[in-house]
Amino acid sequence: MSNSQQQLVDSLRGAFGDKLTSVSLKFNEVTVELSPDKLIDVTTELRDSDEFAFEQLIDLCGVDYSQFGQVEWQTNDASRAGFSRGVDPATSMGRLQFGDELESVTAEGRRFAAVYHLLSYRKNWRLRLRVYAADDDFPVVPTVTNVWNVADWYEREAFDLFGIHFSGHPDLRRILTDYGFVGHPFRKDFPLIGHVEMRYDPEKGRVIYEPVSIEPRVLVPKVKRDDHRYLSEQQDETQGDA
Amino acid sequence: MPEIKNYTLNFGPQHPAAHGVLRLVLEMDGEVIVRADPHIGLLHRGTEKLCESKPYNQNIGYMDRLDYVSMMCNEHAYVMAIEKLLGLEIPERAKYIRVMFDEITRILNHLMWIGTHALDVGAMTMFLYAFREREDLMDLYEAVSGARMHATYYRPGGVTRDLPDSMPQYQESRWRSKKEAKRLNQNRQGSMLDFTEDFTRRFPTYVDEYETLLTDNRIWKQRTVGIGVVSAERALQLGFTGPMLRGSGVEWDLRKKQPYEVYDQMDFDIPVGTEGDCYDRYLVRIEEMRQSNRIIIQCIDWLRKNPGIVLTDNHKVAAPRRELLKADMEGLIHHFKLFTEGYTLPEGEVYTSIEHPKGEFGIYLISDGCNKPYRLKIRAPGFAHLSSIHEMAQGHMLADVVAIIGTQDIVFGEIDR
Repeated sequence: MSNSQQQLVDSLRGAFGDKLTSVSLKFNEVTVELSPDKLIDVTTELRDSDEFAFEQLIDLCGVDYSQFGQVEWQTNDASRAGFSRGVDPATSMGRLQFGDELESVTAEGRRFAAVYHLLSYRKNWRLRLRVYAADDDFPVVPTVTNVWNVADWYEREAFDLFGIHFSGHPDLRRILTDYGFVGHPFRKDFPLIGHVEMRYDPEKGRVIYEPVSIEPRVLVPKVKRDDHRYLSEQQDETQGDA
Repeated sequence: MPEIKNYTLNFGPQHPAAHGVLRLVLEMDGEVIVRADPHIGLLHRGTEKLCESKPYNQNIGYMDRLDYVSMMCNEHAYVMAIEKLLGLEIPERAKYIRVMFDEITRILNHLMWIGTHALDVGAMTMFLYAFREREDLMDLYEAVSGARMHATYYRPGGVTRDLPDSMPQYQESRWRSKKEAKRLNQNRQGSMLDFTEDFTRRFPTYVDEYETLLTDNRIWKQRTVGIGVVSAERALQLGFTGPMLRGSGVEWDLRKKQPYEVYDQMDFDIPVGTEGDCYDRYLVRIEEMRQSNRIIIQCIDWLRKNPGIVLTDNHKVAAPRRELLKADMEGLIHHFKLFTEGYTLPEGEVYTSIEHPKGEFGIYLISDGCNKPYRLKIRAPGFAHLSSIHEMAQGHMLADVVAIIGTQDIVFGEIDR
């Protein structure tokens, strides 16, 4: 399996060369990063050439990298007031409220990405493509609906949830959220509790929207530890025994 | 000459044939579909976002609620993603248990599908037959996990507990006489595996029963043959997977082509259709039920002969046994840390997929090294299938739309997520 993955990496490098920003092989999965203007050329080639034959787009999704690596509970450091207790308001997605703002920790042009998962039946290969949108305020990526028709709904979903615009998409409407929804709910700066809630108002005789009344809370703070170092140690030990 | 206009018909979301909450806006020319525009999202709960705010193990329960007729398969893809990032090996017995329950789940899902599909098309009996068998399989779920549907049975590192030595029994009650309860309990006297084996003996005859009702049934054929035809080439373009793809004649099954757990040691066949219509997909799924039954028999055989642990003894990810906590400080700490904070995964991203009863169910997991997923994308097969409904239904009659929705085996828990 890993041999054939390495073969895929080599073929990709050979066929596309400079068109790809990077090609990597991690966890036995091949990931390619490329810029939006090369996307259509590369995907068409990937689908049509006999060398790759990625006839199917398995999945397409948006990712918002703006809080990558941010934690709700600092455990590596202590101040004069003692250790962090993981209860600071509005430092994390889970405690965001209406009007709170989060700073993006990524560089401009590295916040929004569209990620494509391709599958080749003939070669039994999988491939992941990642395309970063250049502008954080108005992320645009070209559509691949003409390469794989299934991208239609996936791109609508990524637009709906992340606000990534797919230029050239025939019908870029919202798909999962409510009619008349405002905002893009899967962005990291969108509160988990949402902005509005709805109820039936008997006086007005219709359903009305109001600001949310629930309090955001975090039961288990997000924390970063290097626990997996134990795992690798253990594996080393067992290998040593054998 | 009066002007004839197309008119728009709203199908669902409260329609028994809409399989949940599908709102389908149909543009009709007489009784012929010109355009089908599904409006989905009425069951959107933001599962992926909720998962970002919970430690890894607490999200397993959300997976059950995605495709709520094939619960354990969803869990399977999720725990496999975690195991892949951790590089965690699971015990052999857990692999067999997982394969067995994946196949039980496949039968469970296909029974639900055939019951509702046939009911939509007009065969009431199928629904009753299918639910009779589902009852037995749900009892198996209950026996291992305590819950009939949302099991939360799979864990990173294996499964929660070993198969039980006894089956739950029916009790005598106001609605069930002693005699009746005794009859129902007849095959529940032994262990769970005995009951499963009894089921696998009975099940092929049940499938024969379904086939006598449907396979050569003139009405069934009129309603399904030549309806919703998709060529192999189009099926690939439209992102079809699973029985939908195999019905169109593409021989592709992840259990064979990219085997996970112990599928490479199982002996089973992959049915493939030729025409790509509703009838072929029906035949494919019927045969899949028979093949699943074969796999279950092989698993039972292996599980009887090979006792062992079912959850990894790496206590960084799986809690130690209860009795260990009373005497062992290390165990107590592990237990405390696991249940208050969970475990962290190394930074990285993985995509794992399994052959779900409906198609390829995938989990794309991005970890930033914390105890919660940074991003979790659920690749639901039904989402891609439903997006093709315009192409499949165009030019067909209104009544055929119901047959097409049925053949796509749509469940909104996974489409809306």
